[in-house]
Amino acid sequence: MAGRPKGLAPEIETRPVLLEVSKLTQFFGNLRAVYDFSLTLHAGELVGLIGPNGAGKTTIFNLITGVYYPTEGSIRFRDVEIVGLPSYEIIQMGIARTFQNIRLFSDLTVLDNVLIAYHPHAGYSLLDSFRRNKRFQAKEAEMTARAQDFLAIFGLDERQNDIAGSLPYGLQRRLEIARALATRPQLLILDEPAAGMNPQEVEQLMELIHFIRERFHLTILLVEHRMQLVMNICEWMTVVDFGEIIARGQPAEVQHNAQVVEAYLGRQTVDLK
Amino acid sequence: MLKRLKNPTGYFILGGLAIFLVVQILLSAGILNNFWRGIIFWGAAITMVTLGLNLIFGFNGQFSLGQYGFYAIGAYGAADVTYRWVHEDPSGVVVVFFGLWLSLLLYALVSVLLRRFYGITVMTKFTAYLLATILAFWVAVKVLLPVLGPVTMTLLGALPEAVSQQIVFFIALLGGAGLAGIVSFIFGIPVLELGSDYFGIATLSFTIIIKVLLDNTDTLLPFPEMKGARGMIGIPQWTTWPWVFGTFMLVVVVMRNLLHSSSGRTILAVREDERAAELVGIDVNWAKILPFVMGSIFAGLAGGIRAHDMAFLHPQSFNFIQSFNPLIIVVFGGLGSMTGTILTGFIWIFLLEGLLRLYLPSGFETWRFVVYPLILLLMMLLRSEGLFGEYELPFLRRSALPLRRKVASEESEEVA
Repeated sequence: MAGRPKGLAPEIETRPVLLEVSKLTQFFGNLRAVYDFSLTLHAGELVGLIGPNGAGKTTIFNLITGVYYPTEGSIRFRDVEIVGLPSYEIIQMGIARTFQNIRLFSDLTVLDNVLIAYHPHAGYSLLDSFRRNKRFQAKEAEMTARAQDFLAIFGLDERQNDIAGSLPYGLQRRLEIARALATRPQLLILDEPAAGMNPQEVEQLMELIHFIRERFHLTILLVEHRMQLVMNICEWMTVVDFGEIIARGQPAEVQHNAQVVEAYLGRQTVDLK
Repeated sequence: MLKRLKNPTGYFILGGLAIFLVVQILLSAGILNNFWRGIIFWGAAITMVTLGLNLIFGFNGQFSLGQYGFYAIGAYGAADVTYRWVHEDPSGVVVVFFGLWLSLLLYALVSVLLRRFYGITVMTKFTAYLLATILAFWVAVKVLLPVLGPVTMTLLGALPEAVSQQIVFFIALLGGAGLAGIVSFIFGIPVLELGSDYFGIATLSFTIIIKVLLDNTDTLLPFPEMKGARGMIGIPQWTTWPWVFGTFMLVVVVMRNLLHSSSGRTILAVREDERAAELVGIDVNWAKILPFVMGSIFAGLAGGIRAHDMAFLHPQSFNFIQSFNPLIIVVFGGLGSMTGTILTGFIWIFLLEGLLRLYLPSGFETWRFVVYPLILLLMMLLRSEGLFGEYELPFLRRSALPLRRKVASEESEEVA
């Protein structure tokens, strides 16, 4: 796995830019959560964003997905400025995300969770659903079939009628990723997908990330605490601390960057091995 | 033919028809006297109000105390239309009917216009829609009424009275429901942004505002025929069993169809987790406005039915203490259970306004508001999922879809 990113990297540089974040700054009162953050994502990249607790990683995600309105800076997705758009429009443009703490619709079934994400593509109007006409029946059947196909890809099709909140943790994470992908994104943002997972589940998750990336031709931006996961699957990494970028580059380079080591382990310890 | 009816929908239609016929026969034969007739109609009205509240609170998760405000708007709105009509004044019919359609037209225009701009604030949106409404009704009153008033009078006057009366009643019900819908839409735009708890307080104050306005319809508002705090009298008693049954079934079927559609799933999603819903690409504002407006329309429709059954409206029957009635019924029947709401709504009126009023000592009314909250409290503690829990009639149930056949899924994996 470690060999592949090296081969990919130069080629990716020539691909079109998907997301361009420049000079992003966010203040909460006097607290500087993000400062002068810039990031360029090329189509097909898998980029990791790491940093110690409270470094502002999740804030950056929230800014990209329109949860917060940035104090300054611009975010362009496929050459369209998305700052100021409501979240749902940003999602419909092709950015999907998961949450640090899983946020499923936990009292609804697994199938409903995915169907809800299909809603913008439902293809029938409110009037159609009141009248339950042919169009409604056809589109609804089509949607259900697609959602079932989709669940099958993630091995969740047997569980379609289970209540989402009753699934084991690893499957809930899987369902959350499936739901995010059901919005048909080009860019997937994963916020600490491995949080609270055991090593075996992390292993499965890494496989899943590789699999969906190829299956759906995704660009992935990943926040993660576990260095093992990030080092293994990301091609590029950006390290933030106190809302500022302190290093960027390939995992191997970043790993030995003095500033990064300092941010993670403190000033005294220098040897990461 | 019979085979086609052998499914939940078929049973629902047959059951509905049976109930309709039985009640109609009992009413025509005089076995059910006027008192019980009133109880049945009242039960249907309360149930419609409560179904609306269940849509807002139970299915969408927005805690609302404003339901009686919309009930009042529907009742007074519809009553005013028919009152004016029986007093040879077509203004109610014309203004309400054309005002509504004009408003809808202007809303469509405004929404298209607003979509052209980025970063519209809530208050801008609110102002735009409010101005559109005012414009629509201004046009209806100042422009359309002088022209269409006499025309409507002669057109409807040419019909036999039984027919024109039904048409006017239809427009009155439509108008009452539509007015409730419009007010809830305008009111909901800013207030639904607040989040559930604050929304509850805002809707409570809405009920109080409506009550105060109704107390002063003859002084503050230009509706002398509503007679303010003395109560509106002289409303024609036009509500009949077919009207009650028809509107009730309409409400049930529309609500069920809404909930069983893709929009219905988004309504549930907002209840489950608003932030997550927004971040899977759902327009959360719309998913909150839609059930709020629908629920209010149901309440307005019920108001029209109730007004033309009682033939008398008093602001006191719409005060905010009354507005806890549907809330208690919703909690009893179970949040998010249509069957529970329907059964509890009828049982509530049947027991508390029917049986108890006949058999309990006359001082009981005073104790009601001590007893209700206690029952509510016990209910919350002992059976928080409602009397009927998860149970839904087959027709109203969102049935689990069968698992797909394995063959198909293997195929799709090959494609993968």
